[in-house]
Amino acid sequence: MKKTLKRSNAPIFWALFGAGGMLSALLGPILVFITGLAVPLGMLLPADTMSYANMLTFAQNIIGKGFIFAIISLFLWHAAHRIFHSLHDVGIHAGIVAKLIFYGGAMVGTLITAYTLLAIGF
Amino acid sequence: MNKRRPYVRPMAGWWRKNPFFVEYMIHEGTALFVAAYALILLTGLVYLSRGEAAWNVWLEGLKNPWYIAFHWLTLAAMCYHTYTWFKIMPRTMPPVIVGGKRLPDFAITGSGLAVAATASLAMLGLVWGMAR
Repeated sequence: MKKTLKRSNAPIFWALFGAGGMLSALLGPILVFITGLAVPLGMLLPADTMSYANMLTFAQNIIGKGFIFAIISLFLWHAAHRIFHSLHDVGIHAGIVAKLIFYGGAMVGTLITAYTLLAIGF
Repeated sequence: MNKRRPYVRPMAGWWRKNPFFVEYMIHEGTALFVAAYALILLTGLVYLSRGEAAWNVWLEGLKNPWYIAFHWLTLAAMCYHTYTWFKIMPRTMPPVIVGGKRLPDFAITGSGLAVAATASLAMLGLVWGMAR
């Protein structure tokens, strides 16, 4: 018998799926409302809520950076995992290529987010 | 010799025959909107990093009626995701035992939805406070 059993990587993806699912369940609707509806339609919130100055300050703040990173990356990991596992249900028998496309896509999105947040500076 | 051609039961549209699976496919489908929204935000972040002119192009773009309609749809999908996420939670988390009894499903779903509502209001208040 092998000394060390091969460990599955599934818990990592499942944890990211769960974290993103929880975050999007808690804050997804209100974020969509704020950035996609309230601000563009000029409802409820001050007109300059998402002005360049405000958003730059937010993205340069360490807490703001963490928030943006968590939202974008965890939403991507959540969606990638869920769509990947739904492929079977729509008759696509996904293999390693599909896994690479979906998890790889989430990884690329995460890296672009991290890079851009660093490029914006502190 | 003929190639073996085993019978494969056709599965196309299997989920449309049962309301339970239709619901399942819709709540799994919310992930498409979660992904789309994350990509919209990521695009915004990239535009933000390119300076004020670029940011304003992105911000103006959000006023496009197609974008607005898409965000309404995304809002509906997100709300449905929130609802189903907490509806399923009694089955996705370990049983909670309170006073020797298992916490009923509606208590878990209810607290989840209450926390989501509170978090949303807090978020809105925080954004309003920061922007003012």
